[in-house]
Amino acid sequence: MSGVVKVGMADLNICKAPDTITTLGLGSCIGLALYDPVAKVGGLVHYMLPDSTKVRNNGNAAKFGDTGIRELYNRMLAEGANKNRMIAKIAGGAKMFEVSGLSEVGNIGARNTETAKQMLKELGIRLVAEDTGANYGRTVELHCDTGEFYIKSVGKPMKIM
Amino acid sequence: MESMTLEVVNDIYLDVLKEIGNIGAGNATTAIANMMGIKIEMNVPSIKLLEVSKLGTAIGPEDDTIVGIFLEVRHDIDGSMMFLLDIPSARYLVNKLLMTETPEDQPFGEMELSALKEVGNIIAGSYLSALSSMTNLVIVPSVPYISVDMAGAILSVPAIEFGLQGDNALLIQTEICAQVAINGYFILMPEQDSYKKILSSLGISI
Repeated sequence: MSGVVKVGMADLNICKAPDTITTLGLGSCIGLALYDPVAKVGGLVHYMLPDSTKVRNNGNAAKFGDTGIRELYNRMLAEGANKNRMIAKIAGGAKMFEVSGLSEVGNIGARNTETAKQMLKELGIRLVAEDTGANYGRTVELHCDTGEFYIKSVGKPMKIM
Repeated sequence: MESMTLEVVNDIYLDVLKEIGNIGAGNATTAIANMMGIKIEMNVPSIKLLEVSKLGTAIGPEDDTIVGIFLEVRHDIDGSMMFLLDIPSARYLVNKLLMTETPEDQPFGEMELSALKEVGNIIAGSYLSALSSMTNLVIVPSVPYISVDMAGAILSVPAIEFGLQGDNALLIQTEICAQVAINGYFILMPEQDSYKKILSSLGISI
């Protein structure tokens, strides 16, 4: 029997095979999964904003890309993942409403995606799969036995990456 | 009043927003009743102050499909506003407006989406005009934008807006009764400086 670990908004967690870790309804937020295919340890963070240094109220590391990804990385290491084997998969960063101009709402998804890539580069982790942008929500699942990343959206076929 | 955020919001402010919500809901009811030619009632809205990270599940499971209508507001108050409807309610309103009998499980067509935008526009506009007349502030809404998607994904937009300022979000629930109960929610997201303006216009100090 395998279980399912649920990650909420501004939240992160770790999971081991044969379990699955999931987060529901990603909009402009990013769901970033880290996975070690040998240790079969996976982790998922669902962060809302790119940069903790731009906000005064930044107590929750998982709310921000910079601190959330680092925290997840450290948790992975603590659970026995090896940093050289670790890979990353990301989804989300959508623009849910076609607002005009350069408002915060309009480009936060793209900035969240950009942060994921920067942080992964900084940590030396390879980004192997990405499904970001566009204008729809995504639910993701990381299967820790296979490393497969399922992406479900409303009215679209499921993607496996 | 230096750092007015939802972290220090008090009951008076919530009561004021509720009262504005009431007046706005009243206006909206009249507008929709005129548009659809049916009698509808809207009950006293309830106001919830909740953690930003709980907003995605505040009105139901994150992966339930809902309708979100989003407007930006500018001028004396800067920020945005969102109106949310569950699918049965949205389908009911669209069928009433367009005089169709399309079942609930059918996706919305172009025409139906623009009818829903109009409903959102009227409801949001009524709320904003109540806010505007109580505060004497000029509030200009943008055209409405619509999305039919997972609740979590749609609510990530206001969650992010609130998240930029702090850890709390404000949700105003409205129930519209026609022949069936219609569940709608609205979310008002003033930018930080605009909170101060709203409160000081109402003569409230925190």
